[in-house]
Amino acid sequence: MDQIVEFLIAAFLVVSGIFGLVGSFGLIKLKDTMQRLHAPTKATTVGVGGVLIGSMLYFGLIKGSLSFHELLITLFLFLTAPITANFIAKTYMAQRVREDTLPETGSDYGWALYNDPPEPAEDAALRHQSSRKP
Amino acid sequence: MIHAAVMFAIGCYALALLFNLWRIVKGPEPADRILALDTMVINVIALLVLYGIWNGTAIYYESAMLVAMVGFVSTVAYCRFILRGDIIE
Repeated sequence: MDQIVEFLIAAFLVVSGIFGLVGSFGLIKLKDTMQRLHAPTKATTVGVGGVLIGSMLYFGLIKGSLSFHELLITLFLFLTAPITANFIAKTYMAQRVREDTLPETGSDYGWALYNDPPEPAEDAALRHQSSRKP
Repeated sequence: MIHAAVMFAIGCYALALLFNLWRIVKGPEPADRILALDTMVINVIALLVLYGIWNGTAIYYESAMLVAMVGFVSTVAYCRFILRGDIIE
């Protein structure tokens, strides 16, 4: 039983280490900034999640003191990774991407990066209009 | 077995930190540098947790949690500074 638990923890740690390495290797390997955004935000997040799960198993099953702080860190990282990726993509777009090279948004508003947000009253009026349309 | 696995994972994340440092030095865009710094913070969290397993103490979770929060806030602050020219408007 102890052997199985140790093997499970070791497998989690090794796999997550490889994921973290691949995520950072993608950061130096890929050519474009928008491509480089993919590697760390996904692979590294999975890697850290694996390390935290392995640590939780280690302290719960071998040390006998189960705690859920790791799950809290995992949850926090999984919540914040998309937000930071969105912010970094916006930063890149604001500096390097011109508005006329982008496709239409397909709604009443333009891209949030280049246009001001709609006023609440105007927003309600627009929605009223579009619901009136047959 | 766990000892060797922790050693391997620490080696992987240390190498990953070197890759990130290379991207920070080279990166042509500010977005690249922000991304590399954010990845560096995540790798440091993993290293802290692995060091906790290595020493067998659970005291490093609090520091990992604090590093995660500070890293998120600093990334967002850096992005906002470039996007809007100011952090708090």
